[in-house]
Parts: sequence; structure tokens; C-alpha cells
Amino acid sequence: MASTDAVVRSRRFVAGSAGGGLLLLLSGCAGGGPSTLDPAGFGARRVEGFWWLLFWISVVVFVEVMALLVWALVFRRRPDRRVNRSEPTRFVVVAGAGLPIVVLLTVYGIGLRDLAALSTPEVPPAVTVEVTGHKWWWEVRYAGVDGATANEIQIPVGEPVLVRLRTVDVLHSFWVPQLMPKTDLIAGKVRETWLHAERPGEYRGQCAEYCGLQHAHMAFLVVARPRAEFDAWLARLGAPARTPDSDAERRGQQAFLGSACVACHTVRGTAATGTVGPDLSTVGARWSLGAGAVSNDGGHLGGWIANSQTVKPGNAMPPQPVDAAALPDLIAYLQSLR
Amino acid sequence: MPSSTTERGAGPGTEVVERLTAEWAEPPTLRGWFSTVDHKRIGRRYLVTAAVFFGFAGFSALAMRTQLAGPEAEILSPGEYNQLFSMHGTAMIFLFSTPMLFGFGNFLVPLMVGARDMAFPRLNAFGYWVFLFAGLFMWASVPAGAAPNGGWFAYVPLTDERHTPGLHLDVYTLGLLFLGISTSAGAINFIVTSLKLRAPGMSLNRVPVFVWAIVATSFMVIFALPVLNLDNALLFLDRRFDTRFFDTDRGGNVLLWQHLFWIFGHPDVYIIVMPALGIVSAVLPVFCRRGIVAYPLIVLSVVAIAIISFGVWVHHMFATGLPQLSYGFFSAASTIITIPSGLQIFAWLATMLLGRIVVRVPFLFVVGFIVTFVIGGFTGVMFALTAFDQQTTDSYFVVAHFHYVLFGGAVFPILAAIYYWLPKISGRMYSERLGRYAFWLIFVGMNLTFFPMHVSGLLGMPRRVYTYPGGLGWDPWNLLATVGAYVLGLGLLLVAVGVVHALRRGAPAPDDPWGGDSLEWATSSPPKPYNFPVLPRVHSLHPVWDPRTAESTGPGATEDRILTDGRQTLFTSELDGRYERAVRMPEETLKPLVAAIGLLTVFVGLLFAWYWVAAAGGALFAGTLAGWLWPAHRTPEEAGVPA
Amino acid sequence: MTERGEGILTAATRPTGLATEEPVGRSTGWWGVMLFLTTEGTLFAALFGSYFYLRFQHGAPWPPDGIRQPELLLPLIMTAVLVPSSLPVLWAEAGIRQGRRWQLRAGLFGTLVMGGTFLGLQGVEYSGILREYTFTTNVYGSLFYAITTFHGSHVAVGLLMVCWLLVASLHGSFGPHRYERVRIVAYYWHFVDAVWVAILFTVYLSPRL
Repeated sequence: MASTDAVVRSRRFVAGSAGGGLLLLLSGCAGGGPSTLDPAGFGARRVEGFWWLLFWISVVVFVEVMALLVWALVFRRRPDRRVNRSEPTRFVVVAGAGLPIVVLLTVYGIGLRDLAALSTPEVPPAVTVEVTGHKWWWEVRYAGVDGATANEIQIPVGEPVLVRLRTVDVLHSFWVPQLMPKTDLIAGKVRETWLHAERPGEYRGQCAEYCGLQHAHMAFLVVARPRAEFDAWLARLGAPARTPDSDAERRGQQAFLGSACVACHTVRGTAATGTVGPDLSTVGARWSLGAGAVSNDGGHLGGWIANSQTVKPGNAMPPQPVDAAALPDLIAYLQSLR
Repeated sequence: MPSSTTERGAGPGTEVVERLTAEWAEPPTLRGWFSTVDHKRIGRRYLVTAAVFFGFAGFSALAMRTQLAGPEAEILSPGEYNQLFSMHGTAMIFLFSTPMLFGFGNFLVPLMVGARDMAFPRLNAFGYWVFLFAGLFMWASVPAGAAPNGGWFAYVPLTDERHTPGLHLDVYTLGLLFLGISTSAGAINFIVTSLKLRAPGMSLNRVPVFVWAIVATSFMVIFALPVLNLDNALLFLDRRFDTRFFDTDRGGNVLLWQHLFWIFGHPDVYIIVMPALGIVSAVLPVFCRRGIVAYPLIVLSVVAIAIISFGVWVHHMFATGLPQLSYGFFSAASTIITIPSGLQIFAWLATMLLGRIVVRVPFLFVVGFIVTFVIGGFTGVMFALTAFDQQTTDSYFVVAHFHYVLFGGAVFPILAAIYYWLPKISGRMYSERLGRYAFWLIFVGMNLTFFPMHVSGLLGMPRRVYTYPGGLGWDPWNLLATVGAYVLGLGLLLVAVGVVHALRRGAPAPDDPWGGDSLEWATSSPPKPYNFPVLPRVHSLHPVWDPRTAESTGPGATEDRILTDGRQTLFTSELDGRYERAVRMPEETLKPLVAAIGLLTVFVGLLFAWYWVAAAGGALFAGTLAGWLWPAHRTPEEAGVPA
Repeated sequence: MTERGEGILTAATRPTGLATEEPVGRSTGWWGVMLFLTTEGTLFAALFGSYFYLRFQHGAPWPPDGIRQPELLLPLIMTAVLVPSSLPVLWAEAGIRQGRRWQLRAGLFGTLVMGGTFLGLQGVEYSGILREYTFTTNVYGSLFYAITTFHGSHVAVGLLMVCWLLVASLHGSFGPHRYERVRIVAYYWHFVDAVWVAILFTVYLSPRL
């Protein structure tokens, strides 16, 4: 996935990973993926800092324990050693309980502080995204905007955005590793979290609570862009879908509206008003098909329409008996919806 | 095997041994095989059966790792993958870890406390049969394509009838309810055995740590398992009879499932790890040639863990949106619970630092345990901290964490136990060379498999995905983990080869090959059906290192500890192990097997909704039980009533 | 108690204790039944906990969906039948301790009658309530029937055990030193009684609070 190519690796990450060979390896492979160690948002950055603290504490304690272990294995193995029958209870209490209590209290305090910092943004969010989990895709709406997209959340960069989370079926979990820790979607409840992207970019997210057959294909993309671009995009989302402007697209539209597609999908401004599947008004501009199952190009789109069950087995869309001759037009039409 | 009593000098004569043998020996017939109540045979069966289930669950894991070796692989279908990972977790937790450790408990607890059997030998046999049938009940669903597929914690509403139709989750709920009967029965048996059947003089401060650990574990089972049983019963009712406990449209609540599950589930982590820590406390000091350091602190730690473990369950639910205050509390409790484990680690290190270490295969596995368990402990503390937990829970980081805790904390000690007690169980020595190869393959393979998962988790890979796209930085770590899994599998195979080799070709084992300190080393290898010709009198924490114990079974043997009149063992007082009286133990019987078959019929009937079959099974069970517990007829004189 | 103290003393000083069910210290059976009841009690506690969890997560009104508050008259009569049914068990146990087999049989029979009456009354109660709501109506219905049926099945098992004891006692198996099974069944019966009191509070009284 080329989604986060442009991401600049944070300075902190490089500083944090300067520690050892393992960490260099780690940093070498982190670029381009949804790494928690490459944070681009307030929440993820807080936790990343916390992680490195915990990591280094662990390294120090591990070295200490291993030193004792190796010492014993090397020096207490010689046959001439005499067994010492003393009972060093004080050593056990101090090393096994006293020191750990001090360290644990410290990290517990820091953990509470981070928890509080993560619970509410510093400034009240101006934008509210309504995200609904489905098996297995994300429906995305914006408060005050009559339009919907799927598996793609556009947000303005540099400000907190409120995300309101619902599920229509089973539990899911909303996770954008580079922006914010997880929030579970609980049946019968409305959950809230917030995203605060610090730099423009595309951040991969994925469902993190096992939700059945296609849990693996329930990804989404958070796209953070400057406020003006975001506003323009949002206005576009609320407007009717683009009308076809070539013969092929017009034929494709007719084929679309004359098919069973309209029973489940919406294209705003047309007779297609189904609500079972994703709104297709901007489907041509999306990053993937099937919530990250395949990339969004003509070939995959055709394959998806013909029989999405071979692409993402178990998804709700049945195979479509589309005339092979009409398929290119249909693809052209759907791709024109941007 | 020459009688060990003759080697130990003036003990009971051959006449006594003959009488004991006549009383306790079970006929070597097919019927005898099914009717045995000998804790040693039952313990061996637990071990073998649990090992077979471990093999099944291990092969499931290998299939999953093969699928995940590279991105977008199509070796397994998503449906198959989901069943395999659900069965892998469920089987490793319920059908391998606990039964395996209960198997060691079964074999060892009566020997370690100096008794001739468990307190309830027939219940013990019944527990084994139920475990076997429940395990087969669950595994049979795999070839049928109806295996549980909701993950090992089976969150609703994914697991309700609407979202997962079919038998999958009915196998899960009924299988675990069925198995729970075995686990509860075993737990009660361990507690009562350890309370009442200890050798005279074994006051509480002389009870081996392993027995303490088994007892603490059993108490956790007593209080934790009913909660899981309730949870599964409610889910079964929701699925089968349309009750509304988890139905949010009719006032139900999906988080109830999670609360009940984890009120059981977190103690269950310690139910698995605690007996394993007990194994470490039994094995490690013997190879350090001294008693364990800070015995009272270790016992205190065991008890403390058992109690605190009931106050940490919400750390499994840090992402579900409970009040911040409860996060603060449960985070604190989850942090605190690492301290008793830390105390034990340092007690073991101190034992090593003060002793003279002799490295044998069991000890190698103990060292492997310390290294890996410490790493699992670090990540455990991290998961106690809410903010970090929310970022890494349900990612591969948590998969790495709990495999370090459970493979490191339970499987390494179990492997140590296999090598350590194999001479006692089988009377044969294993090949040290094969054992060392196995250790290194397992140690390297384990770390190669699970360490990279920390990384892929930090890189954002969620758990329980049947495939993943390439190019996200996850590919090399997954490939490494897959390679590691095969190395690990090879190592475990070598363990199996080593055990078979020992049974076939192994040199005869002496009674006490390691110079151990607990009472199982005071009897022959393998022990006679009556365990001890003379029940020992205990004077210290390390009875076998104490010449007074040998004196009590040799020249100092008294009639009231030989007990040749029927199958008899001793009751002693709960706290200070004072001699109370001799009691009669039951003969072998087929009733436990019949009762277990009755229960199997009940659960099969419930599974397929053949309720009359289930009722018939229930009647068989109740009828068998009525006969089992039927009091012997006594004349008025015998009973002491006026005629 | 002094009598028992002497018993312990004799047992401890005897070369080989006589294998009886005479209580010298606690027997394994006593510990076994106590642990069994502990695990059963935990199950009921978790069930009551679930009741309150679901109730408070649900919020007012409780009972929901226009279901009326549970009637109290019949449950109170049931309480008046079940809770005193522990007395004949106690009396029966006291009887066999003294070697009076007739007292054992009479006591057990009394318990059988009272327990059976309780189950009959529960049937009467169900026949009325089932017309209003069932276990599939909503979570309240599920809880009501699950809790009361689960307890009712414990009463039924208890009655089976009492029947079993009664048959065994007619067969002549018990005596002053051989009555451990009587004690164990008695513990179970007291437990079932105590759970009913908790149910009375949880299911019948707490919705009015």
C-alpha cells in the first residue's frame, strides 16, 4: 500500500530507536506502515513516548535479572562451590518487591496522566465524524452533511476532530495506530473518540476487534489535509453525485440504475437510494474496494461487481449477473463518480 | 524393580509388602483399565491426553503460521482460519494447560503429601473421563467443520445465533460447561487431599510449594469457574431458547459477557501459570542443591496472587469505555499483581546464587522459563497501564505478550516437569543429549516465533486476521515468526521422541535420581500402587533430606502407619498435620466411567437438540451416582441403633 | 462438644483409628460438600450480580415494557413453606445421631412434603406469569425465569437426594456413627433454602426499592 509514502518519520522515533541493533532493524521496517512508533497524532505520540520509557525501564531490569542469572550459571556451577545455606530474605524483599514498587508507582502515575490527556482534546472539536461499523466496512458521515462515504475519513489537519462510533451488528474496534489508541464499538452504545493529526498525510486504520469471517478486510484510511481542502472535500460530499459526461458513462449509468445495484447502494441525485451497502456517490475516488480487500482500479472493480465473493468471501454483496458487454460501461460510470 | 524398602534398611517385611500389594494392585485386565481409581494411572492419562490435545492445537498453530508466512496467502480459507485460531486458543487454555498441570497434580500431590491416593479416588477417575469426553466432544467439531469460530473469548453479539448460526458456538458453550465439571471436581479433590491426607507431621509450613500452588489454583477454580459456566449457560440459552441476556434490542447488554468472561478469565491466567510456578519451585532448588530461599514469602506470594487475580479483570476491557475511575482502580490492581511474581523470581535467583548448580535438562527449561517469563512480565505491566493498553491491545503485541507468559510461564515449566518426573512416572531415564537438543530448539524457536510479534504489533498489525496486505512493514516479522514456529515444532517433536525413547530404551531410573527433597523421591520409581509401604512421618520442609523421615519408614515404622487391613490411608488435621485416624479407600469401579458416559449423552443430546436423549443421559448419570454413593447396609448392631 | 473432644483424643491415641464416619476432625466428605457448595454459591452470586448489572445498565423502568411489579403474596407463601423445611432435616439428623431411625425417616418425609409443595407453588406462579411474559419477552423475563428455574432445579435435585436418603434409611443403613450422607444432604438442603432467601430479595423485593 503506497498510502503513507509521504510520511516523514518523526524525529523522536529516530532518537528513541538509536538504542540497539534490534531497534535499528525495527526503524528500518517501520516506514510506510501504520506504525505506532511513527505517530502523527496527539494521542499516538503520547503513547509512543510512554512506550519508550517503559521499553528502557524493561531493558534495564532485564539486564539486571540476566546478569544475576548468568552470574549464577557461570560461577555457581563450579564443582568446588560450597552451598550457602543462608536465607537472604531481605535481598528477596528489596529486589523483588521494594524496587519494583517504586518503579511501578512511577509508571502508574505517568500512565494515569496519559490516560487523562487522551480522554479529552485540549480544544473542543469543530468537526464531528459519525462512523458506523458494519460487517465488514465503515460507513462515514459528517454531522450536518447529507452524504456518506465508506472506509475513508477525511479530517482537517492540526485540530481535534470528534469521532462518534456506532455499530449496527457486532463489536468492532476503531484503531488508527499513528493517530489514536483504540476505541471499541459496542452494540447498543454510542462511543466517542477524537483524532488530532499533526501533519497532513494518509493514515491507515483497521478494525481491531475480531468481528467474524472478514475481520482481516475491514481497513480504512484517515486522510488529513489542510482545512481549506477539507472544507472543499466536505462540500463535495454533500452535493449530488457527478453526472456522466461521456457515452460510455451514460450507458453505464443506465445499466447501473436498471440493475439490482440500486436496492443496496445510493448514488446521490439518482434513483439509487439503497442503504444496505456503501454509498457509491464518490466511489471512484476511494483508496480501495472492500475495505482494503483490493485496490480500486478498473480490473478489480469489474471483478468485484461480477463476483465479490471470490475477492472477499462472505461479504454481503451477492454475485451480479451483469452482461459482459455492459461491464466496461458500468466500470467507467462508477469510476467517474469522484 | 527391587523393593526399595529393603534398600532402606529395616522396614516392613516382605509379608507386609505382599499384603499391601494384594490390597492395592488392580487387575491387569481390560476391565481393570477402565475401572482404575489409582491416582498415578489417572495422572498419567491426564498427561498423555493433554499432550495429544496440545499436539492438535499446535498443528492448528502451524497451519495458521503457514498461512501468515507471507501477505495475501490463500492456504486457508477465512472460515478455516477463524476456526483454527479459535480452537487453538480454546484448546491450549482449557484442554491442554489446566489438564496437563492437573495431571502432574494428580500424579504428584498424593505422593508429595505422603498419602496413598487422592481424597476421592472415584471422583478423580470420573474427572478424567469427563475431561477426555469433553475434549473429544470439542475436537470432533473440527473435522465436521463446526468448530468454535468466535475466538477463545467468544464475544457477543458476534457469537449469538444471528451472527454465527450453526453448531460452532454450541460446541463451545456446551464443551466448556462439560469440561468445567471435570475441572471443578479436580479442584475440590486437590484441596481436600492436601488438607486431610497429608502425612503425619506435615504441618502447613512443611507443605511443598508445588502443593501450595495446586491448592491455591484449586481455590481459584472454585471461585472463578462458576462465573464462566454462568456466562456460557446464558449464551447457550440466548442461542438456543431465544432468551435476551445479550440482546441489546430487548434490554440485554453485550458487556455482561465480557465482565463475566474476564472475572473468570484473568484468574484463569493464574490458574494456568500458578501450578507452573510451583513446578519451578520444586525443580529449581533441587538442581541448586539447597532448599528454596524465602519459602514463607513464596507461599505468601502464591496466596496473594490467587486473591488479587480476582480484582484485575477490567484490564481486558480498557478499550470498551468504562468509567475512568474504574480504569484507575483496575490499572493499579493489575500493576500490583506483578509484585508477588517478582518476589518469586528473586527468590529463585537467590536460590541459584547461593547454591551449587548442576545443569540437567529440567534445569535448562527452568532457566528458559525465567528468561521468557520475565519478558512476559514486562509487557504485562505495560498492559496494566490503560493508555498503553488501548494502543496495543488486540494487536500482535498482545499475542506476543501472552505467549511469553503462557509459553514461557507454563509450557517451559511443564517441559521441565516432564523431564524431571519422567523417571518417577515411568521408572526410566531419558536421554540427556536428546533433551538438550530439544531445549535449544524450543528456546530458540519460541523466541523466534513470538518476539517478532511484539514488533509487528507495534507496527500496527491487528490480531486474528487471516491475511494481511504486503508493504506495511509486517512481512519480514511474520516470515520470521513462521520460521520460528517450525523450529519450535521440531523441538517439541524431539521432546516426544525423547519420551518415547526413554520409555522404550531408557536406563532404569533409581528411586531418587536428582537428590530431591519432597516425598515422591522417598518411594520406588515408578511408585507401587500403594505409594508408600509405610506412610512417612514428616519433621521438616525437606523430608527426604531429613534422616528422621527415613527412620520413620525404616526402623521406626509403626503399625498405625503401615495399615495393611484393606485399602487404607491416613487422615491428619488440616493445619498441623496431627494424626487423626486411618480411613478406608474405595476399590476400583466402572461407575465413574458410566457416570461420565451419562454426562456425555446429556451434552451430545443438548448439542443436537435431542432433548429426550439428554434426559436419558441425565437419568443414567443420576442413577449411577445414586448407586455410587449408596451406603452399605448395616445391621442395627453395626450401625449402633437399637434393633 | 466435650463428647467430641474426647472422641478426638481417643482417635488420636488409638493405634489404628477405627474406620467409621464418626466426626474426628472434619471428614473429607464435609470438606468436599463445603467446597461444592462454595462453588455453587459463587454461581448464584454471579447470577444475582448479572441481574443487578443488567438492571442498572437497563435503567428505569424496571421491570421494563410495562410488566407489572412481581406479586408478593405467593412468593411469601413459598418462603413460608421452603425456609422452615430445613427444620425437619435438622430434626432428622438429630434423631439419627441418637440412633432413632424413625425420627430420621419422619424428618426426611416432612422435608419431602414441604419441598414438593414449594415446587408445586412455583408451578402455580409460573402458570400465572407466563400469560403476562415469557423468557423471550425481554431481558427481565429471561432473568426472572432463569433465576427461579435454576433454583427450582436445585430444589428438585435436593428432593431427589432426600428421596434417596429415605430409601437408604428404610434399607437400614444409618446409625449414630454412620450418618455422614444425612449430614451432606442436609447441608445441601440448607444451602438451597438460603439461596431462596436471596432470590426473594433479588427477584421479588429489589424491583420495588
